[in-house]
Amino acid sequence: MSEQKIDGFELKPGFKGMASDTGSDQTMFKGVHWGKAMMWIFLLSDTFVFSCFLISYMKGRGSTIVDWPNTSEVFSLYVGGVPVPLLLIAIMTFVLITSSGTMALAVKYGYEKNRKMCGWLILATAVGGLTFVGMQVFEWSKLIHEGVRPWGNPFGASQFGSFFFMITGFHGFHVSIGVIFLFIYTYKVFAGHYESKKRGWFTKMKGDYVEIEILGLYWHFVDLVWVFIFAFFYLW
Amino acid sequence: MSDEYDNNKSYQAQSSEVIDGSAGSVNPDIDYVRPAEVGEQDLYHGHSFIEKWVFCQDAKVIGVQYFLTAVFTGIVGLILSWLMRLQLGFPGLAGFMTAEHYYQFVTMHGMIMVVYFLTALFLGGFGNYLIPLMVGARDMVFPYVNMLSFWMFFVAVAVLMASFFVPGGPTGAGWTLYPPQTILEGTPGSGMGILLMLISLSLFVIGFTMGGLNYMITILQARTRGMTLMRMPLTVWGIFTATVLAMLAFPALLVSAIMMTLDKVLQTSFFMPTILKAGEVLEYGGGSPILFQHLFWFFGHPEVYIVALPAFGIVSDLISVHARKNIFGYRMMVWAIVGIGGLSFFVWAHHMYVSGMNPWFGFFFATTTLIIAVPTAMKVYNWILTLWRGNIRINTVMLWCLGFIVTFVNGGITGIFLGNVSVDVPLSDTYFVIAHFHMVMGIAPLMVIMGAVYHWFPLVAGKMLHEGLGKWHFWITFLGAYSIYFPMHYLGFIGVPRRYFEMYDSPYMTSAVGMNEFISIAAFIVGAAQFILVFNIIKTLKTGKKAEQNPWKANSLEWYTSTVPPEHGNFGERLPVVHRWPYDFSVPGAKDDFIPQTTAPSEVIHTEVEKT
Repeated sequence: MSEQKIDGFELKPGFKGMASDTGSDQTMFKGVHWGKAMMWIFLLSDTFVFSCFLISYMKGRGSTIVDWPNTSEVFSLYVGGVPVPLLLIAIMTFVLITSSGTMALAVKYGYEKNRKMCGWLILATAVGGLTFVGMQVFEWSKLIHEGVRPWGNPFGASQFGSFFFMITGFHGFHVSIGVIFLFIYTYKVFAGHYESKKRGWFTKMKGDYVEIEILGLYWHFVDLVWVFIFAFFYLW
Repeated sequence: MSDEYDNNKSYQAQSSEVIDGSAGSVNPDIDYVRPAEVGEQDLYHGHSFIEKWVFCQDAKVIGVQYFLTAVFTGIVGLILSWLMRLQLGFPGLAGFMTAEHYYQFVTMHGMIMVVYFLTALFLGGFGNYLIPLMVGARDMVFPYVNMLSFWMFFVAVAVLMASFFVPGGPTGAGWTLYPPQTILEGTPGSGMGILLMLISLSLFVIGFTMGGLNYMITILQARTRGMTLMRMPLTVWGIFTATVLAMLAFPALLVSAIMMTLDKVLQTSFFMPTILKAGEVLEYGGGSPILFQHLFWFFGHPEVYIVALPAFGIVSDLISVHARKNIFGYRMMVWAIVGIGGLSFFVWAHHMYVSGMNPWFGFFFATTTLIIAVPTAMKVYNWILTLWRGNIRINTVMLWCLGFIVTFVNGGITGIFLGNVSVDVPLSDTYFVIAHFHMVMGIAPLMVIMGAVYHWFPLVAGKMLHEGLGKWHFWITFLGAYSIYFPMHYLGFIGVPRRYFEMYDSPYMTSAVGMNEFISIAAFIVGAAQFILVFNIIKTLKTGKKAEQNPWKANSLEWYTSTVPPEHGNFGERLPVVHRWPYDFSVPGAKDDFIPQTTAPSEVIHTEVEKT
């Protein structure tokens, strides 16, 4: 947004202007929806959760007494008898990042009040997320089949399985929650709840297309976390 | 902030433009406040008894629910401390008391008091009740999530209490839950007990996150017209900063709880090193117990300030109101709260001086720890300077505040001892540590809670608590608390270790026996004295004197609601408009000795009111 105008308030230039705007009355973040601000702060908190997981992983991996498994072997997929390292992960990452793109488009069409396009794009995002979770289930079952367990594995340090299942599981849980909400919002958009100002099932509050953007924030965050997990688990 | 960008246009009016304040000559320019940015909040009013009092979405009801649940757990914690003192003062008197029971009581007392009592009471109880009222909002911004937050807390408490009744009893690993011993056989409650504790903590974190988002967004984005950040009562600043700390510190607790649950249930080895037990190597191996300590204290130290900062904020407001003086150095107080909050994330390893860290770590953390004393001392000076030449009313609320200042200074000074590595090492795990943290984060915040209860009870219930009973309550608690914790410093110096079930014939016990008996008797009396408050509340609700609106002549918005006690929506038809900070007491030239936040500048033009 190039020009920010909130009724009776104009953002002031410079650092002092920013300080003055921040400390002004009513709102600190001018024109920011309550739900959006909430999601940002929740994501900040969630960032600390994932940071704690990943830092623990680094510490755990750095201090094991047994060698860490060779990840490019463990995570490789056999295509016609030839091991292709990171193949499955590459596809999973591609699907997830693509779903971030469809999510962003859904937000755009939502704000344009293009109900049909918005709905289809959220559905596409949900399907992308579901595909990701499905492939993760495949990867887990493959590793479990090869003998990897949370308490040990045939390839090296037992912490490998522990951290892998815990962190990808926690991320997969986030994706799954997101997918559930994406399906709910697909229904809400197609049913036109935002146009008819229908009240929510639980909260009894009227909704708005800004909810799609809030959901989008969460979805992009989950994707971003995956990038870090990808880097720390599969590339290290 | 430069005048160039002053949001409060009202004060830019030249005095010549203003017609002096006789009634009816209101100058529209001087009283100008920007129009509302956000429309009226969509509130859902409950229709049935269940919606109004059980699954209620009104922050005030949720606050009272939090308060009562936290007080219930607090009473359980109090009873546990009685049982501990019974054993320490008079070993063997209680026949059922085994070493295992003692460890379980120690653990549960610690965890209950820190997390389920103090944190829930300050943030869940006072936070929910006061934030919307003080910033001039109709309710929390997400009332439904707020309701879920309380019920999540309720379930967490239920799970915690359930651990008393499972086979093996609750965990007895100490409230720090250090692995590996926490989940190994031989520690009391290493089966179901620890599992329920970890589940309960996780639920608490989830529930708190829901509440914390509400507190933060309500304060940041839902203030009323004219309520700038620097016009917020310090109570709100304290609760806000504590919530920020909690949102960033609880993740570490959640993660360590998840990892330890997996260590327990799935035999992973996140925290478990190779262990030899009775000549046999256990399944575990390769994990790092120190990692848990880092995670735990990354939560644990900010947790101290999660309890302390709301207390700082609340006591500032109480002192200002009951000394009829503006808080000395308001901005300094705000920045001190924020600064303490920021620093609290860089001191955690001072709990781990004896854990075998690199000595340079100790050096770093001792430095940061001592730096925290600077903003804290600033706050103490400011409280005292607020009292200086104030029109002090020695009522129950003020007594608790004075008690707080003295106790907090006491506990703070022993903190400086313990912050230094070389002094801490010999004092580690002695009663000196017990005395220190009970003074600084037990008794001191508790005194603020008591003061706050006497202060805000007229608002919540519409009736005045009995002053005489309140004073008895204060003096017994105050003198009793010092009888308990002063001798403990001495016990620490002669080397009595904490968490010991019995001292048997240790050489220092000759001098400690009598002292232990004395401490125990004092503890029984102080604990019993707390029921004076319970009695006072019940008596007041039945036969108490009806409170007038704003009985303390305070300025902040919670006293200017449409009804007392406030109804859902808080302020009736129109939200209040704020023109000043809440500390305009004893302003020279003013009609009364207080000017409410809602008073327009044109009404007090002839006074020497400060620009805020």
